[in-house]
This record gives sequence, C-alpha cells and structure tokens, in this order.
Amino acid sequence: MNQIPALIRVFSYLSLLTVGGGMAAFPELKILTVDVHRWLTFPQLIHLYGVGQMAPGPNMMMIVSIGQWVAGLPGAVVVLIAFFLPTALLTFIMGRLWTRLGKWRWRTSIQRGLAPVSIGLLLAGCLTMAKGAVTGWVTAGIAVVTFVILLRSRINPALLILGGAGVGLLLLRA
Amino acid sequence: MHHRGTNKIPAPTPARPELVKGAVSVSPEISILQIFTTFLLIGATSFGGGVVAYLRSSLVDKHEWLDDKTFVELLAMSQSLPGLNATNMAVLVGDRLRGIAGAIAAIFGICLPGAVLMYVAGLLYRVHGDRPLATAGLKGVAAAAVGLILATTLQLGRKSFSHASDLVFVVLTVIGVNRLHQSVPRVLIAVGVLATLWYRPRRGGQEASGP
Repeated sequence: MNQIPALIRVFSYLSLLTVGGGMAAFPELKILTVDVHRWLTFPQLIHLYGVGQMAPGPNMMMIVSIGQWVAGLPGAVVVLIAFFLPTALLTFIMGRLWTRLGKWRWRTSIQRGLAPVSIGLLLAGCLTMAKGAVTGWVTAGIAVVTFVILLRSRINPALLILGGAGVGLLLLRA
Repeated sequence: MHHRGTNKIPAPTPARPELVKGAVSVSPEISILQIFTTFLLIGATSFGGGVVAYLRSSLVDKHEWLDDKTFVELLAMSQSLPGLNATNMAVLVGDRLRGIAGAIAAIFGICLPGAVLMYVAGLLYRVHGDRPLATAGLKGVAAAAVGLILATTLQLGRKSFSHASDLVFVVLTVIGVNRLHQSVPRVLIAVGVLATLWYRPRRGGQEASGP
C-alpha cells in the first residue's frame, strides 16, 4: 500500500506543532505513528528518538528513520520535506513581516503568552516519552543522573547519552 | 505581582538596519555555496543538541555575518514561531544574507548531515534493533534522552519565566495534553489565547496585574 500521502499528511501536520521545540510535537507523533498508522511500536519510537539525540543538527532527524522504514528512500525524503517545509515557509514569511509587526502591540503579548505554553508543551512531550522510556529503577536512575549532571555542568549531552547506552548494556540485558 | 511580566525577549530593534531590513541580498560577497557549506558544517558538528551555541560561534564570531544583537533578535523570532530553532535560524539568516536562495541553502545544509546519519541509523536499527544487546543499550539511550530533554526544557523555562502566572499556563498545558488527553493544537490554541489575553497590551503602559 502506498504510504507516501499518509507520511506527507502526518509530518506536515506535526511540523506546525513544534512550538518551542521538536518535543512539543511528541505526544501527537506517538499517537499518529504508533497508534493510528502503526508504522512502528512505542518502544521503537522511543529508541529512535533517543538515538536521534546523539545526531548533530536539528534534533528531530529521527523522523527520517521513520520515513525510511515506511517507504524507503522516497519515504525519508518526503518526510524530511513534509516536516520542514511548512515551518520554513512560515518562518520565511514572518521573517520578512517581522519588522513591520514591530509596532503592533499584540506581538509582545503573543510572544509573552506563547513562552509558557511552549514550555508546557515540551514538558508534556517529555512526560509522554518518559512513560515509555522510564520503565524501572535503572532507567529512572539513568534519566535522573543525566538530568542532574546536565544542570550542574557543561558536559556535552551526547556523551551522557552514550553513557546511558553503556549503563543499559551493563544493567538492562534481559 | 503588580507589574506586567517584563519581556525577556529583546524587542527587535534593528542594530544594523542594512542587515535587518527586508531581505535583499546585502552581502553580495557571501556566495550561496559559502552559506551552504557553513550551515553544513554546523549541521555536521553540533553534537549533543544546543545548535544555537554552534550557530552563534560560527555566524557571529567566525564569519561575522551577523552582530550579536541581530543574532539575539533572530533567535527570539525563531523561538516564538513553530519549527525547530535550528531550522528557523537557518531560514532567517539565509534570507538575510542572500534572500530565498540563501534560506534554501542554509536549511538544506544544516539538515543534511543529521538526516543522512539518521537514515543509516534507521537502517541499522531495523536490522539489528531486536538483538538483546542493542535493545539493552537503546533502553539506556532513551532514558538518558528523557533526562536531557527535561534539563533543556528547564533551562529554557528559567530564561523565559518572569511571572508567577507563567507557571499556571505551563501546568494548564501539561494537564491538557497528558491528563485530559487533548490534542496538541487544541491545547496550544486554548492556553495560548488565554495566556496572550493575560499579557494583553495595556493602555499607556499602565501597571497592571492579570484580569
């Protein structure tokens, strides 16, 4: 069955939800790719998301893996375009209008209002992911230790994710 | 509580009008290829998230394509629009430098390395992901990613919070998505409108608390 139209629909929709960061779209990403279209399982989604955190560049590149799974190279390309084109266009247009909106009094209000909402969306996405990723004492420990170290030092987060992999290899073998 | 939340995002007043006004190519000496390779390099080296820091050191310090003030303005814009910071910044900076072609070169460059890497990672995971050893490692990776995202969110929150009511909007958003299981756009619009009205423009810069 040709999944390309579904990929385009899902990922262009998700694109517009990434307010504040990619994680804001995670709850919908989970519902659409796991529950609705069954392109992958929840653990698989979480694994890919985790791996994606180690990749350089924009941190939602794991969507490419999903596209590849569903429809090979064309799927990967389609997902990439669908996910980045809508917001890129919007940003492009807004970038040119911005200076003109500078005097519009509501602009500050919208910026102020959206700031806490975007934090809330990121947090909600994080909780959704935690439900699948934190499944016991070891995973909870890894998450908490990573969190604490990151707040207290300037270590490269990619190293901590690798550390998580190491701890997993040692302690999480079924 | 009796002052309006001070806006931590600096108002975009043009520092160098020639860079900020419109989107005409202001620096004809910067080629499309240069823009592409610069963003490609950022896209290939910005391991561990925090692309913004890499962008700043490359665009402001190394190439001097933007001054610090403009960078912060563009970043504020990136953060309040939907889309990832990294790609929004690529579009805005690319456009400032060389118009639409610059924007395309920049976003393509910053996405390409990560996309190729995750394409390969996806292939490998499909083949080897079921092995017990891989699964064990990946569980650890996912758990660490939760810690990372939580830390990033908290650091972002610290920077943008200036008012106790901010916390209420955060909690409302989380409850809407995680407890009431409402869709993200529905919560975004509902709480977004509420929060925007809360911070609505006040006449004559009057001191005002919420409604």
